[in-house]
Amino acid sequence: MTSLPLKSTLKKPHQAGFGRYLVLAALIIAVLIVLLPFAIVVINAFKTPTDYASNGPLSWPSEWSIDGIVAFWQRVDYSQKLLNSLLISASVAVIGVLLSLLNAFALGIGRIKGRVWLLILFMVANTLPQESLVYPLYYLSKEFDLYNTRFVVILIFSVIQSAFGTYLLSSVFSTFPKEMLEAAMLDGCNKLQLLFKIIVPVSRPTLSVLFTFFFIWTWNEFFLPLILLISNDRQTVPIAVGVLQGQRNMEATLSSASALLGILPCFIFFLIFQRTLTKGIAAGSVK
Amino acid sequence: MMLKRSTNSGYWWFLLPGLILFVMVIAIPFLMNIGTSFTTWQGVGTPKWAGLDNYARLFRDSTFWASFRNNLAMLIAMTIVPTLLGLLLAAVLYDYIGNKFGSGTASFFRAAFYLPQILPVAIAGVVWAWILHPNYGALNGFLETLGLENLTRNWLGNRQTALPSVMMIMVWFQLGYPLVIFMAGLQRIDPEIYEAAVLDGASWFDRFRFITVHLIRPEIFVVLLTTTIASLKVFGQIYVLTRGGPGNATLVPSYFAYQNFFEKANVGYGAAIATVMTLIIIVLTIIFIRRQSAEEL
Repeated sequence: MTSLPLKSTLKKPHQAGFGRYLVLAALIIAVLIVLLPFAIVVINAFKTPTDYASNGPLSWPSEWSIDGIVAFWQRVDYSQKLLNSLLISASVAVIGVLLSLLNAFALGIGRIKGRVWLLILFMVANTLPQESLVYPLYYLSKEFDLYNTRFVVILIFSVIQSAFGTYLLSSVFSTFPKEMLEAAMLDGCNKLQLLFKIIVPVSRPTLSVLFTFFFIWTWNEFFLPLILLISNDRQTVPIAVGVLQGQRNMEATLSSASALLGILPCFIFFLIFQRTLTKGIAAGSVK
Repeated sequence: MMLKRSTNSGYWWFLLPGLILFVMVIAIPFLMNIGTSFTTWQGVGTPKWAGLDNYARLFRDSTFWASFRNNLAMLIAMTIVPTLLGLLLAAVLYDYIGNKFGSGTASFFRAAFYLPQILPVAIAGVVWAWILHPNYGALNGFLETLGLENLTRNWLGNRQTALPSVMMIMVWFQLGYPLVIFMAGLQRIDPEIYEAAVLDGASWFDRFRFITVHLIRPEIFVVLLTTTIASLKVFGQIYVLTRGGPGNATLVPSYFAYQNFFEKANVGYGAAIATVMTLIIIVLTIIFIRRQSAEEL
């Protein structure tokens, strides 16, 4: 997040006031409260159960132990969950961006008839609650023998995400420089070449924002994967961690280890994608 | 003109894959759900036509109303409080901390407040379910360490504390979103407006009230709408934290629909709940589209 420097509004002579340190202190306390849950998750994930029992949740680990993390990893076969999540999210990001691209090409560049209505349709689909699709999707996927497959989850989320992508990309494409399009057409470009040789390279930044968002949104999904992926070896990270939460016989350190393992991938994505995310959130709010 | 006409033909083909999949994954299931809402159906066998029975039952169902009341609580926790706090924080970070301690400090605070937002909702729920656990949870452990045993309780298992606890978690989770959007919005405001206001003797709070809030109205509108819709869809946190309990203390429409679909085998009734949710959300979306296109004109 530090990548986007904030322009400061005023450069005025510093008043000597003590007040600003009070404001700063208040903010630091607020931030500590927000970050506290992360901190207790981290320190307790590395404790032994006996350490936790005798010293409580707020002490520093008497020795750093990865037993809880290893135990949770093995218990839910975490490698498999990571693989499932990666496979599903990456596929959705690629297919979702591709679908958005094709749709937006027809709507934003081609300006085909009825484009306003189609755009409204995609926009409405984007805000639909998944509850209104879930039972038919569950039923149909059983009918077509696709229930409990990663394929059906990939398919469904590619379409759901592309509803948003279509909406966003169409408005980006509708302001695409006309001269560039016309020049390419005069050079004898066909539509496919126009799309992949001119438009895709020029709009790479927007496409990568979409890719990042689709990936992370799909990674974080809970409702539909919970219902559509029931067998252990197909589940995603949030489902594995979330479902295990309900089990009674969890120890504190194991719970905390599970939370840590759930947080970690997102934290890594955050570090990798933070520039794209910051740009994207800002762009998304104006569009 | 010639060129225009020739370039505008043949674009339909590109819409085809997207549209076919859209019909399969969204349009057909959506219509099936509406159809199902007019039937009684267990999920197996043939659905029986029931007309508006499910909807009539919904309006008499105190559980359904309880879920909607709780939804208002979610609206407070996910929309109203985060928007107000986010506005204040964004203004303080941008117009005060940024000036007095540099933009790096402001960016650091923004990132820290945003951190909960990177978590999947279910993982955020797991973190808090563990902290609030009655026996081994960190909060009760902390209170005991301080010698405040009489304050410890089963935070999520107790009727009085379950909903407020969930609300607190939602505020924690949600705050970073409006903050980031508002700070982005503030950057497009011309600093000269603030400078002029300062010269006119406006206090910080005056500037906040009359300039900041006024000029980032589009962002405020977007945040209010998206978080309102999000609050209607809340599911993962409730599933992980309380499963709607104790009693129906934290039941939300989304979880109520889920229960009817997959636990009680009342598919028709669940479909009616989902349809009502959809209706509310579509109305909100239409208001949004109209408002947006009005502003563009």
